[in-house]
Amino acid sequence: MTKDLGPKIPASEITSRDIYLSRRSFMGGTLAVGALAASSAWGVTPANALTFSQTAFPKPADAVTDRALATTYNNFYEFGTSKADPARNAGKFNTKPWTIDIGGEVAKPKTIGVEELLKFDLEERIYRLRCVEAWSMVIPWIGFPLSKLLAQVDPTSKARYVKFTTASKPDEMPGLSYRVLDWPYTEGLRLDEAMHPLTLLTLGMYGDVLPNQNGAPVRIVVPWKYGFKSAKSIVRIDLVADEPKTAWNSAASNEYGFYSNVNPAVDHPRWSQKRERRLPGFLANHDTEAFNGYGEQVASLYAGMDLAKFY
Amino acid sequence: MSATASHSFFTRPRLIIDVIKPLLFCFLLLPSLLIIYAIFFDPLLLGANPAEAILHHTGDWVIHCLLLTLAVTPLRRLTKWNDAIKLRRMLGLFSFYYVSLHFLAYIGFDRLFDFSDLAREIAKRPFILVGFLAFLLMIPLALTSTRGWVLRLGGKTWARLHRLIYAIAILGIVHYWWLVKRDITWPLIFALVLAALLAYRLFIIMRPASRRSVARGS
Repeated sequence: MTKDLGPKIPASEITSRDIYLSRRSFMGGTLAVGALAASSAWGVTPANALTFSQTAFPKPADAVTDRALATTYNNFYEFGTSKADPARNAGKFNTKPWTIDIGGEVAKPKTIGVEELLKFDLEERIYRLRCVEAWSMVIPWIGFPLSKLLAQVDPTSKARYVKFTTASKPDEMPGLSYRVLDWPYTEGLRLDEAMHPLTLLTLGMYGDVLPNQNGAPVRIVVPWKYGFKSAKSIVRIDLVADEPKTAWNSAASNEYGFYSNVNPAVDHPRWSQKRERRLPGFLANHDTEAFNGYGEQVASLYAGMDLAKFY
Repeated sequence: MSATASHSFFTRPRLIIDVIKPLLFCFLLLPSLLIIYAIFFDPLLLGANPAEAILHHTGDWVIHCLLLTLAVTPLRRLTKWNDAIKLRRMLGLFSFYYVSLHFLAYIGFDRLFDFSDLAREIAKRPFILVGFLAFLLMIPLALTSTRGWVLRLGGKTWARLHRLIYAIAILGIVHYWWLVKRDITWPLIFALVLAALLAYRLFIIMRPASRRSVARGS
C-alpha cells in the first residue's frame, strides 16, 4: 500500500484512526457544523463580492498564483479546447438565474438557487490545483463543504456515488459544437469522497465570485484529484447506486480513471506524473505529491485499494 | 546558382534571391526571436505556461517548415517556376533550426537536462520516441545540406538520402497526433496537407515515363 502511495507519505502521516472515525461520524449525514467550527473562528473579511472566513486547513507552502494567470489559462472545453479559449469565449455565458437540481437516491430531492448557496458559511480554502497535464497552480477558492449541501437532501442507503452534470448551453458555449467529449460534461465521486470535508462546493475565487471561465457560478473543487474531476458550472447533482459515467473516463478510460487521484507513482500513459510545473515557472521541477499533498486527510479513504489499478 | 560577378541588386534585382528569400528568412526567424525575447524579458507574453507555449510553438514551426519544404517541388512543377528550388535548402534548415529549439526546450524544461530521465522517457512513450527519431533523421540532412556535400555524395545519392524528409514529416505528424489530448483538428489538417504533397509525388511517379519532365527533384 505504501508503495502505491509513493514515498511521500510515511505510515505515520496516514490519518489516525480517531480522526478517521470522527470523519466517519461526520459523514453519517448529520449537518456536522462541528467539523469545521474550529476553522471558522476568525473574523469575517469583507471582499469584492463575497463574504467568507479563513480556514484551518493547511495552505500549500507555495505562493498563490496570480489571478490573471488562473483566469486566462483554463481547461473548459465547452468554450474551446485551447487554454486561452475559455477566457475569450465565456463572456456570453449567462449564469443568472442558476439552480442546481439535486436528486436520485435521496429522501428529500430539492432545487436550490445560487443565492441560497451563497447564504452558507463561506470560507476561503487555498488549494493547490494539479492538472493531469502535469502543471499546477495555487488558488484561493471560496465555498463550503459539499457535505453540508448533501446532508440537506438526506441520501438514502442506496446512494454510493455522486454524479455531477454540468451546463450545456450551445448558444453560449461555442465549444459544444465540437464533439471532443460527450456533452454535457459529467463527473463523479464516491459518496465518501464527496462527503469529505476537503471537497468544496465552490462559488468564488480570489475574494470574488467565480469568473465564467473558471466554472461560474458554482463548481466543485476536489484538491487531491486531477483538475478535470472538479466539475464546473454544475446544474445537477444525482446520488446514485453505481459508479457514474464520467466525461474523460468515457473518452479514454485507459488514460483517465474514475478515481484520478494525484499520484506520482502512476504515470499517464503518455507522460510522467512524477513532477509538475508550478505555473508560471518554466521548469517541471516540483515533485508531485501523492494525493496532491492531502494524503494525511484522504489516504484513509483508499485503504486497501491498489491505486495503480484504481487510477 | 547562376549569380554572376556583375550581379547587383540595384542593377538587376531577382525575385527569389533578392526579394523573396530574405523576406522569408526574416519571417521564419521571427517566431524564434519572439520566443527568445519572451524567455529573457517577459515570459508572460507566452501565457501562464510559457514552457508549454514554447514547446508547442517550436513544434508547430517544425511542421510548418517541413510542409513548406515539401511544397517546393509541387510548386515548381505546377507553376514552371523553377527558381523556387532556391528556397528549399533554407526551408529545410529552418525545420532543423526549430526542431533543435523544440528538443532543447523539451530536455531543458521537462527533463531538466537529466539524460537518464530523457532516455527513460524516450523508451517509455511512443510519441516521444517518434519525435526523437524524426529529430535524429534530420541531423544528417542538415549536415549534408551544403553544395559541397551534394558534390561529395553525388546528386543521385544525395537526393536518395534527402528523401528521408518524407519519413521525417510523417513521424513529425504522428508525434503531434499522439500527443494531443482530444482535439485532433490541427494534426488532422497537417496530415491532410502532407498527404496531398506526397500524393502529388506518387502521381508524378505513376505517370508514364515519357511524360515526366527532366527535373527529378524530390
